[in-house]
Amino acid sequence: MTTPFSTLLLRTLNKGVLPYLLILVHIALGSALVYTAPRSNLAFLVLISSLFTLYVLKADNRFKLIAGAILALLIIPVIGVRNIFYLEVIFQISVFAALALGLNIVVGFAGLLDLGYVAFYAVGAYLWAFFGSQQYFVLPFAPGTQPSDLPFLLPGDAFYLFLFIAIIVAALTGILLGLPVLRLRGDYLAIVTLGFGEVIRVLANNLDKPLNFTNGPQGITPIQRPTMPDWAVQGFNDLFGPLIGHTVSPADMYNLYFYLLALLVIIVIIFVTRRLDDSKIGRAWTAVREDETAAIAMGVPLVRMKLAAFAVGASFAGVMGVLLAASRTFISPESFSFMQSIGVLSMVILGGSGSIAGVILGAAVVTILNLQVLQGFSLYLSELRQSEAIIPIINFAWRDLSTQLDPAKYQRLLFGLILILMMIFRPAGLIPAKRRKRKLADDQPAAE
Amino acid sequence: MKHFLSAINVRELLRPLGQLLLFSLGSAVVLSAIVLTLALVLDQTTVGQHLHGRYNVSLYTYTLVNLPQVVIDGLTIGFVYAAIALGYTMVYGVLEFINFAHSEIFAVGAFVGVEILIALDNTGILRGASLGMAYAYLIFAIVMGMAAAGALAVTVERIAYRPLRGAPRLVPLISAIGVSFLLQDVIRLVEGLTTGQFNRIMPTFGNFDQRLNLGRFALGEANIALGISVKSIIVITSAVLMLVGLNYLVNATRIGKAIRAVAQDRPTASLMGINVNRIISLTFLVGGLLGGAAGVLYALKFTRIDAFVGFFPGLKAFTAAVLGGIGNLTGALLGGIVLGMLETFAGSYLGVFTMGAAGSEYKDIFAFSILIIVLIFRPQGLMGENVGQKA
Repeated sequence: MTTPFSTLLLRTLNKGVLPYLLILVHIALGSALVYTAPRSNLAFLVLISSLFTLYVLKADNRFKLIAGAILALLIIPVIGVRNIFYLEVIFQISVFAALALGLNIVVGFAGLLDLGYVAFYAVGAYLWAFFGSQQYFVLPFAPGTQPSDLPFLLPGDAFYLFLFIAIIVAALTGILLGLPVLRLRGDYLAIVTLGFGEVIRVLANNLDKPLNFTNGPQGITPIQRPTMPDWAVQGFNDLFGPLIGHTVSPADMYNLYFYLLALLVIIVIIFVTRRLDDSKIGRAWTAVREDETAAIAMGVPLVRMKLAAFAVGASFAGVMGVLLAASRTFISPESFSFMQSIGVLSMVILGGSGSIAGVILGAAVVTILNLQVLQGFSLYLSELRQSEAIIPIINFAWRDLSTQLDPAKYQRLLFGLILILMMIFRPAGLIPAKRRKRKLADDQPAAE
Repeated sequence: MKHFLSAINVRELLRPLGQLLLFSLGSAVVLSAIVLTLALVLDQTTVGQHLHGRYNVSLYTYTLVNLPQVVIDGLTIGFVYAAIALGYTMVYGVLEFINFAHSEIFAVGAFVGVEILIALDNTGILRGASLGMAYAYLIFAIVMGMAAAGALAVTVERIAYRPLRGAPRLVPLISAIGVSFLLQDVIRLVEGLTTGQFNRIMPTFGNFDQRLNLGRFALGEANIALGISVKSIIVITSAVLMLVGLNYLVNATRIGKAIRAVAQDRPTASLMGINVNRIISLTFLVGGLLGGAAGVLYALKFTRIDAFVGFFPGLKAFTAAVLGGIGNLTGALLGGIVLGMLETFAGSYLGVFTMGAAGSEYKDIFAFSILIIVLIFRPQGLMGENVGQKA
């Protein structure tokens, strides 16, 4: 639902060459700001928001494509390597955007509320963590007692193969879970998926005996990465060295590489999602979401369609799991808690369930809030704590503030607020899905 | 006075008592029989030898010796689950809506009760209190916990659920999840700002930690000590009182009749002159009161609480409500008791029967497995009638 003001604003901005200029200026301004002030969060936000400008304004698709490519493949890598924290933020945004896009298929398209979505993410992550580390040879040892000179089961380049294996394994997990529970009504399904997510987490925590599959709460490490050829690091340094100002280490190159990989996965996911949305399956999902009874009457195979949604959503999470395990070289059950599932859900709800652009926006906003705003606030508080400052009227010394009060750890508050406020004030999300827009337009034909 | 007494519907007071007794005895007998049979069967196998090698007792004796304690523990936690489950079930009965935030309402009750007792403890009143006063303070804490939780439940309904009435089913559910998450961190925030601590510990006072020995008797080579802690008695008694009271309220009073009418058919109830909004608020209030009391009782039993204390009891109580048939009060009692028993039995015996491969760490999974199995094979629950989707 666009408010009249923003429609008006967009109409004035979308005249002639103005959008092209605006996009270029925004990207250039963002890059320049980040380049000159590599530590400023504000500058970073300006740059990241240029993606939003790119999406909102009306321009030739080829121009948008090129501008987006330059931004994602050239500017962000250079800036990310200059300040590795930005790259981390962008990588996390990409990972969560991919997850949110996967959940979007289940929640947004098919209307099935899945509260244990990270379970599939965990399946992918543990899949590669088991086969891409020494864990196979650790099986007979209790956590912490294995000898240190164990070999790796598979070479690191098997990672690429496992990206595809994870699709299949996660999809199968989704189908296995879905088969018994998809006959349930929506709210029951939500609780059962929540239970399933917890089951996977508890299993990951406790499957260190009788055979040590997951290494328990300590998690599995080291997990292998695919090999990085020397010429890639060398070539990158030769090309961008002067711009960056220091030599890029192979470790930084890995971060960059996983960012690009995540980007590739996102593009594939977007492509698949769009094709699905316009296909027979996509229409069946919409029918199921809007009215199950009517969908059955129209001959939509209900359980099969729900299973398909579960499987597709799960497979996306599985791929990202493999990617996460390799990029972090370490995973533990903690990364797959219920809170993570709700975090991804709040991204989908915030952006607009069913809307691809919305979901990506949601992932970006929530991740930035999480990593930059909350943590920035934490830093500020800890500075205050070390200072001599006093709140004037109530005479409270910041020094006495409890260390329990660490805003970075208050993600639940953030997720909770997002969910409640969005449900009450804007249930369709920041960027509502096209189908919903169409429906809204039908409701008020006189407006346009 | 005589008139007043005759107005009390004795049948409605006795019926839930009978049901509670029946459910407790039934589940205890059935589970004990299963466990003992298993123990007898496995005694001569490697499982029995494994245990014999470690503790030098036979599996059967081990099982038998622990049985009374397991049953009592199971009953205690089962009654707590039942009290929480009633909150889920009442709201579901009236609104067909899973009040996901109920677990945090339970947690708030626990915190208010414990904070009051800690404050009293700090002034030194508690330590010198006589036995009677100790009980008075405990009752005061429970009542305050109930009041806070009840008020919170009504507020949450007013702010986060009422604007969404009539929206698709998933919309209020998502809002409820949001409230649950928000409240968890609000509790943490308030605790962090005021006390600076993450965990709060129930102060020890009165005779609540004592154990009453009911005697011991020899059974072959085994020597079974029967005992129950005062805490468990308090938890069970208060839970029974609340459950009986609630049953009376719903089944034998005018207000209860209104609640049942709204649950059955909201528009018609409203045509009959029932203020639907007020009844829904009342339902949340009653659910919150029960949840708050259960919270303080839980804190009394397990002593340590933190902001996330509500999550697992809440989920299990929901499981209990579904197990018994959501929307059905008797079902919630049955579900709570059965689930508490099952879980305690699993936690105590799973490790022994699987030779340590799967121990009590899996007892949380146990509840979920039950939930999934029930929903697949008997979605209406043990006692529920078939709930079709309301159009």
